[in-house]
Amino acid sequence: MQSQAEVKFGDQEVKHAQQSEFVSFTVAGQAFCLKITQIREIRRWSPVTILPHAPMDVLGVMNLRGAVIPIYDLAARFGLQQTEASERNVVIVVAVHGKPVGLLAESVSEIISINREEIQDTPPVDSRHTMEYIQGIISHDDTMVRIINLDAVISAPEQGLS
Amino acid sequence: MSGSIQDTFFEECEELLEAMDEGLTAVEGGDHDPEVVNAIFRAVHSIKGGAGAFGLDELVAFAHRFETVFDEVRNNKVELDTKLIQLLLRCSDHLSDLVAVARDGGTTDEEHHDALIAGLEEYMDDEEEDLTFEPMGLGGPSVPLPLAAEEEKTYEIRFRPLKEMFGTGNEPFFLFQALSELGPLKVVLDESELPGFDAMAMDDSYLAWNLTLTSTEPKSSIEAVFEFVEGLCELSIASDKDAEEEEAALAALNAAFGVSGDDSVTDPPAPFDAPAPAVTAPEASPQPVEKASSAKAESTKSEQRGPKPTLRVDLERVDRLINAVGELIINHSMLAQQIANLDVADLRDVETELEGFKNLARDIQEGVMSIRAQPVKPLFQRMARIVREASSATNKVAKLVTEGENTEVDKTVIERLSDPLTHILRNAVDHGIEKPDDREAIGKSRTGEIRLSASHRSGSVCIEIKDDGAGVNRPRVKQIAIEKGLIPENAELSDSEIDNLLFLPGFSTAKEVSNLSGRGVGMDVVKNAVTALGGRINISSNPGKGSTFTIILPLTLAVMDGMVVSVADQTMVVPITSIVETMRGSDDMINSLGADGTLLSIRGNFVPICDVASALGLRNPNSDQPPGVYLLVETETGQKSALAVDDIHDQRQVVIKSLDGVCGNIPGVAAATILGDGKIAMILDPENILAASTSSATFDTERRMSNAIAS
Repeated sequence: MQSQAEVKFGDQEVKHAQQSEFVSFTVAGQAFCLKITQIREIRRWSPVTILPHAPMDVLGVMNLRGAVIPIYDLAARFGLQQTEASERNVVIVVAVHGKPVGLLAESVSEIISINREEIQDTPPVDSRHTMEYIQGIISHDDTMVRIINLDAVISAPEQGLS
Repeated sequence: MSGSIQDTFFEECEELLEAMDEGLTAVEGGDHDPEVVNAIFRAVHSIKGGAGAFGLDELVAFAHRFETVFDEVRNNKVELDTKLIQLLLRCSDHLSDLVAVARDGGTTDEEHHDALIAGLEEYMDDEEEDLTFEPMGLGGPSVPLPLAAEEEKTYEIRFRPLKEMFGTGNEPFFLFQALSELGPLKVVLDESELPGFDAMAMDDSYLAWNLTLTSTEPKSSIEAVFEFVEGLCELSIASDKDAEEEEAALAALNAAFGVSGDDSVTDPPAPFDAPAPAVTAPEASPQPVEKASSAKAESTKSEQRGPKPTLRVDLERVDRLINAVGELIINHSMLAQQIANLDVADLRDVETELEGFKNLARDIQEGVMSIRAQPVKPLFQRMARIVREASSATNKVAKLVTEGENTEVDKTVIERLSDPLTHILRNAVDHGIEKPDDREAIGKSRTGEIRLSASHRSGSVCIEIKDDGAGVNRPRVKQIAIEKGLIPENAELSDSEIDNLLFLPGFSTAKEVSNLSGRGVGMDVVKNAVTALGGRINISSNPGKGSTFTIILPLTLAVMDGMVVSVADQTMVVPITSIVETMRGSDDMINSLGADGTLLSIRGNFVPICDVASALGLRNPNSDQPPGVYLLVETETGQKSALAVDDIHDQRQVVIKSLDGVCGNIPGVAAATILGDGKIAMILDPENILAASTSSATFDTERRMSNAIAS
């Protein structure tokens, strides 16, 4: 299950024990990131099979080497403008609760290597909905990168659907 | 370590219990062949042996009494009459309970346990039970026996465990400890075979022991100590007496008693066994008087000539294989599609090879599927017990007759069939079969008969439960349905529709709540369980003659024949089993009914139309686009509906991929599959679609039922 992405990223040496690596990407124009260890692979977007009666943020299901995996639109999930899925977009395959799940993002930007101390707590804002999904924020190259709390993003819809 | 051995023991117990049940059923059927009785005895004995090794005392104690009675039967000292057979059947049920309790924890019914033990003891020879020896009562004339049994003798025992013995978790130390309880024991280790460190294999056995035991116990007691490691070690036991002399004495004894090597390892009642320490390893001995090993030797023998050698494989491995083969099939169709799309002039050779590849893949698939397929026999045997218990609880007499036990069905199907079958059988006894006196009064035999049969029927498995009881009391069923508000008071229902009312949630016709039914669990649970397996259930009844439940199940849960259709630009699959007919529709076949109902006229009949796309929320119900193709489907109640889809592409076998855990329950969708182009297609559940569709004018009860399933 070694994805190409992992192999490539794995070459970069972790310089410090306190340092962790994040993959940053854009969703509806905002910068988000996920810990590199959470990501199984990154694929180009290809049309998915629609699930009847599914919520707006569930795009459908995709065939990942014989496994049926659900694809979520992160933008719709965060309450942002829905992504117009196209060839340029990417699906980030992550493993949540041992199961692969695909997340649609606009594009993948880069790998950020930062120290733990650099992670700041999310300042309280009114949008409680968004707050749940954001674990913390990083300042990187003068932009704010939001760290996604994967468990909150994925476990919530499962309950809502069934 | 011990956990896994214990698991093996319980797995073996399952098989042994099955063998015991099978034997008892044969005995019940009048087959008193000694070989059958022996087989049961061996099964019980092996359970006892294993249980002893794990210190399951209650199980050992019960199995011991059970086996003792069988021993009496084997020796023709007890007559196998109906009463005893009934007792033995109940005991076998109890034994499986005890095994289950030992495995899963819990408690058994003390009173029942004691009653059975008391029942068994009636048939037992007290002396044998106490394991004291009794020179009389074995049928032989009094023969001057060498009084060696009382004498203190010195045994020379050579014990060399094979490596397999350690694999089963046996420890020489415990054996020696057990031996030392028989008398003073001297243990000398023989390490002469021990190689140097470089030549030593980690898991091999190199050690042997020479033991010297001084004891008054007969040789059989010593052999009993080694009972569990028989065949796993090289063992020789010699007493200080001259072996030849012993053999001569034995021959004389055999002549006197007739050669009847039939007492067991653990009940050494025979004093004439005592002076028989022939110098042989148990397996090597051709002597029929090697009694201590007779039971084990027989079982070894029976294993050799037993049905067929089998392999115990982890279910997960088989499932992985099945998945991989499913991928292979999908991969083949993808390949075929790619090749067909290629712009090459001559594809014939490639296509021939591809065809060969396809056949091979299908062969492999069938082979792998057959691994999961298992005969329904064990399931049916368990059902015999259900009927026994149910009839004794309701004071009725009923027997279960089974047919087609060797029909093979997917393992998961078998497992999940257990509950619905139990329920139907209990109901059949409780509601179907009349009381013995009533039966006699209407000229039926006092014993009710329930026939449980399994057969293959064009790609599916058909399981039928047929009783010769009173049949469905239709006026009463209808009355209850009206009282409970399940159907309108003026409903005109056909006989079969009334029968099928039984499957409505919360329906129970029992006048009084008995021990068995009336616990609020109705036949709807049965229906749900069968539907969950992708099957269908139907009831037909003949008043006064009995009822028949028919369950139709798919052969396997992994593959399905489906019709590939397109619905609102999506490719979907409809199970072929539910489709009666397909047809291309034209405008003049469509008739409006009411505000939004549409009916399709087929040869003068009108059936409600359900647009799949709008039922699944993929298209606005009011869109004008007329769907082109209709799939005529029939529900369990016989109600027909037409599913409207855009087009039909193909009919093919698809590999079912569960959507559990991917996304919750989606109304109208049963599962998913991967098509030849690598895309995922939804497998539809027609019943559920009809239920979800608001425009459907389906029979109301049907909708209720399906709603119950969906919720």
